[in-house]
Formats: sequence, C-alpha cells, structure tokens
Amino acid sequence: MSEDTQEILELPLGDWHRSRGARMVDFAGYSMPIQYDGIMAEHLWTRENAGLFDVSHMGQLILSGEGVADALEVIVPGDISALNPGKMRYSLLLSDNGGILDDLMVTATPTGLYMVVNGAVKWEDIGYLREMLADDITLNHLEDRALLALQGPKAVAALARVVRGVEQLFFMEADHFLWGEHPLWISRSGYTGEDGFEISVEAKHARALAVALCAQPEVKPIGLGARDSLRLEAGLPLYGHDLNEGVDPVQGDLSFAISKRRRADGGFAGADRILGALANGTDKKRVGFTVKGRQPVREGAVIYDGDLKVGMITSGGFSPSLQVPIAMGYVQTDRSAIGTALEADLRGRRVPLTVAAMPFTPHRYHRKGTST
Amino acid sequence: MSRYYTDEHEWIDVDGTTATVGITAYAQEQLGDIVFVEVPAQGAAVTKGGDAAVVESVKAASDVYAPVSGTVTEGNAALTNDPSLVNSDPEGAGWFFRLTLDDAGQLDGLMDETGYKTFVAGL
Repeated sequence: MSEDTQEILELPLGDWHRSRGARMVDFAGYSMPIQYDGIMAEHLWTRENAGLFDVSHMGQLILSGEGVADALEVIVPGDISALNPGKMRYSLLLSDNGGILDDLMVTATPTGLYMVVNGAVKWEDIGYLREMLADDITLNHLEDRALLALQGPKAVAALARVVRGVEQLFFMEADHFLWGEHPLWISRSGYTGEDGFEISVEAKHARALAVALCAQPEVKPIGLGARDSLRLEAGLPLYGHDLNEGVDPVQGDLSFAISKRRRADGGFAGADRILGALANGTDKKRVGFTVKGRQPVREGAVIYDGDLKVGMITSGGFSPSLQVPIAMGYVQTDRSAIGTALEADLRGRRVPLTVAAMPFTPHRYHRKGTST
Repeated sequence: MSRYYTDEHEWIDVDGTTATVGITAYAQEQLGDIVFVEVPAQGAAVTKGGDAAVVESVKAASDVYAPVSGTVTEGNAALTNDPSLVNSDPEGAGWFFRLTLDDAGQLDGLMDETGYKTFVAGL
C-alpha cells in the first residue's frame, strides 16, 4: 500500500468474512463484505430465512447523565423523555436549520440512552453531540463492540436457539441477554423490513458469535449489497443518499419521527422550519417509484414531467423479490401523489416512472399486539 | 476463428471480417447478478474503445466498450428476456453483439487467451 493511500480500517469480523468467501470493499472507511454468494441469492435468502449482517461500522454510543433525554431532545424531534427502559425509536439528528444530519436509533436503558448512528457520519455525529449536549452529559463511544444484525422470518427461531429469551422481545424493544457468560445487548429491530434483531457484542467475542449464528441452518452471512436492496424494497431511506443535510424530516417523508408532544411544544433544532413544513407542506417530498421495463434507474437520474425537471432519483436498483426495477427519490410535492406518471432521464433516453407507495414489499415486523 | 481479449474484459471472436463480442467470465463474476443488458441496434456504428452496450447488475450499471471499430450486424435478442445468460454462459450464449470489422489491424493490440489469463491473475 502506498503512503498516500488513506488507511482502510479493519472491523472485528474482517478476517472471518474473508474466510467465508466474501468479496470485500471499502465502505465508510472500513473493509466490509459487499457480497458472498451474490446479491440476488443473499437477498432472497434473507426474505425467506435469516441473514447475518455485520454492521460494526455503525457508531454505538451511550449517553448518560442527569436529564439526558431532555438534553438529546434539543437536537432530535422524538419524544425521548417518554421512552421507558428497553424501548427504542427511530429518530433524526437535526441541524440548526432543521436539515437532517443523520438518522439513528435511540433506546432507553436503565442508566441512560443507547444510540446507533450511521458509520459514514459517526465522527461528525459525535462531534456535534459533544458540542450540543450539556457538559454534564457523558458520551461514550463503544469502539470495543461489534454490531451484528440477524434479519429474516426465521431469525427468531435461529437466535432463540443460541440466546435464550430473545423471542420475548417485540419490535423496537431491547434488553440485556447472556450468551454463555458473555453479555449481549439485543434489540428486535433492523433495516430490511423483516423481523429480526441487532446484537451488540464485545469485539473479542464477535467472531465466535458469528460462527455460532451461522451454524444454525436458517442463517447465512449477507453482504452490504443485499442490505441495500433489502432496505430499498422496504422503502427505508439510506443516509447520504436519500437523506442529507439539505432536506428536513417533512421533505424526507419522516414526519412520523416528529413526536406529538414535540409538535406541540417545539424546542428542537430547526423547529421553526419543521413545524412550518408540517403545517404548510413542503416544496418537495421523498417518494417511491416503479419503473417501466427492466432497466434500473440509478441515483442521480433526473426526473421530468414533460420538459420540466421535477426531481431526482436518490436510490435505484433492481428488486430481487419483485423482479422489477424500483427506485426512491424526491419530486415536487405537486407531483408526489401515488400513481403520478413521470419520466427519468437514462443516459439521454426517457424511461417512464410511476410514483408508487412504499414499502415495495410489506414490512413483517413482530409488533406487540399484532403478531402471534 | 481467433479469440482476443481487451483489458476492459470484453472478448471478441473473429472470423474473417466478422466478429462476435461479449464480456468475459471474470467480468460477469465481478458484476454479479445481471438484470438488464442493452445491446446496440443492427446498423449501429461502434468505435474501438467507445460505448457499445450497457450491462446492469442489481447494484450498478456498467458500460461495455467496442473492442474494435465496426458496424453492428446483430444484437443478442435473447438477452432482453434472459439477461442472466451473461452470468450462466458469458463466453457463449451470453454474447452481446456481432459486427463487421472496419480494420482488422485494430486486433493487433488485443490479448490472446494466455495474455488475458495473465492479466486477470495480476488484478
């Protein structure tokens, strides 16, 4: 490696991925598996069985201190104070003007808050949190922990065999568990649209846990490629592509992340813009698209209504489950109704698009009160 | 008939002044599951090193370049309905297009099979 090459960091499971035949790529500054058997096969395996994803590049943070929930509420629009220990929610890190700096999961623990933030922006997030949180709030970056996601309809059967009791969690709940004598922090959550779990484990035990999970007949390791196609089918935005600092939560179609109490009280970064957008609407909106033909439209493709440029694709690909191209992007709000016919520019050629409801494939979360 | 290879991972089978072009087994392996192929229309003029076809995997779009200049005589229509032929038989049924060569001398800079194997081994 030449001296001017930026150092690509190694995650705890790097060698294990290589030993399992993964093709590795540089992602978010780390060497990570893009695929094993092929994106299509891995995607479909996850939808039918269970896939093990290494998401150790993501930032795992603990916030603690008196009034930590109130402190965090200054820069996120969710009702964090109302979270009981063991409950989690999806939220957004907001800039002063209401732009989205990151999307994240926050869980109340008996001693504070556990947060998972995107790997690609975790250092910026940490800097922003340190700047914005009161001095008596402690931020601990858990760099000595790996994060594994086990996703798919058979994830619960596989994981319950390895870690007793996980089947008792419902979607968006988390708790401490023991794997042998090793402590694990496990949530029933994920980013594929399937039932599943995210498992925080000490880095030194990550390999043994991955081996134990992949010894279950339902489980195969899955790369980042299928993670991306799974989340796109599930209609879930990817930060840095479908969300960025230039869009607010209402434009991003994430109004559900602005809790009722926060709408009434305000008091979070960018509240003026965001509450105004909730009341008055926005100029543009994130929507899904189906695409005519078989050729995928990709990120960056411009969307037209006749001669008028009305938006842009932010994620696009081929849906392995549906066997058609699907996409996500922003269009002017007056073109965002389901069924609106538009076109994307594909290398100088126009391809018909239709605004479509998301998710493209139904979510199958294990929600309290709705599942058996 | 002679087969040549480019450093962009295309193969070209030459028979007199006509030739068949596709992408190599190595290329399809790198691309992964192929979901769409756009081949040039009959009569299209292609230029050595210029865009000639598009191949899309689940993840990404890639250009396929013309190994030599010429006039397209046929695109592989089978790829429209079954683009996965490029994965299953890249150097056979998964061919992309046929063309008439403008200048057989352009083949001189291409690799033979041994040369291409050495090239790929060095990647």
